[in-house]
Amino acid sequence: MKAYFCRRYMLSASHRLHTDAMTAEENRTAYGKCNHPHGHGHNYFIEVAAAGQVDSETGMVVNLADLDMAVRKIVLDRFDHANLNLDSLFATQVPTTENLCRAVFGLLQPALPAGELEWVRIEETENNFFDCSRTEV
Amino acid sequence: MIQLTRRATFSSSHYYWNEAWTAEKNEQVFGRCANRNGHGHNYTLEVTVSGEPDPVTGFVVDLKWLKDVMEREVLSAYDHRHLNIEVPEFAKIVPTTENIAIAAWNRMEPRIAQAGRARLSRVRVYETPEIFAEYRGEA
Repeated sequence: MKAYFCRRYMLSASHRLHTDAMTAEENRTAYGKCNHPHGHGHNYFIEVAAAGQVDSETGMVVNLADLDMAVRKIVLDRFDHANLNLDSLFATQVPTTENLCRAVFGLLQPALPAGELEWVRIEETENNFFDCSRTEV
Repeated sequence: MIQLTRRATFSSSHYYWNEAWTAEKNEQVFGRCANRNGHGHNYTLEVTVSGEPDPVTGFVVDLKWLKDVMEREVLSAYDHRHLNIEVPEFAKIVPTTENIAIAAWNRMEPRIAQAGRARLSRVRVYETPEIFAEYRGEA
């Protein structure tokens, strides 16, 4: 039977929303305080969902320890306590949480130890969050 | 179509063990969850049904009725119980979060279908606030 196994992680990172495609004034208008020159940070909660058949021997879609290891190596070690703007992923795109969410989905999709990546949700604050699912990448 | 979700909590103990394996393999695959003395969680059960609101009551289903179904079919069997020892469906299968979601679905689905008001569309079980599994009735 197909089920979904999901795990939430947290990482803390800084970013600044700014694009060279717009003037300084346009950046301030578009991004408001998110455009302040020295950046700001968030505790991002990242929800990772793996979909697949429940293994009849283990009762699992994916082993939690294996999933944790993959997410640590590919996402947390890369972005936790980092400045997102300086990551190569954001050399040509703004590190909005929309873009971060899609980037994390793309990084994790080929690296899942079992099952298929179904969705990634990133909560930027307790009042806003972003979803990227398999059917919408 | 509206989706309606009701949440409830239960507290149970369990351990992960596959009788077909050696003790070493169980410990290797399941880690600390393989401790035969068991451990426990405060689980959260989320049950989602979907349907059209009744034109008179405005309800997809009466929440009190759904609460009673969850209580009677799942919580009365799982809450403050050892899942491996006291719940028949886990005598042969490992009570992982995935299997608990599937088992809770199997317990409730016939009752919800029988009532004819809405369709069970999702069962989500949180083992901790950070770990959960869901089942949508898919093969």
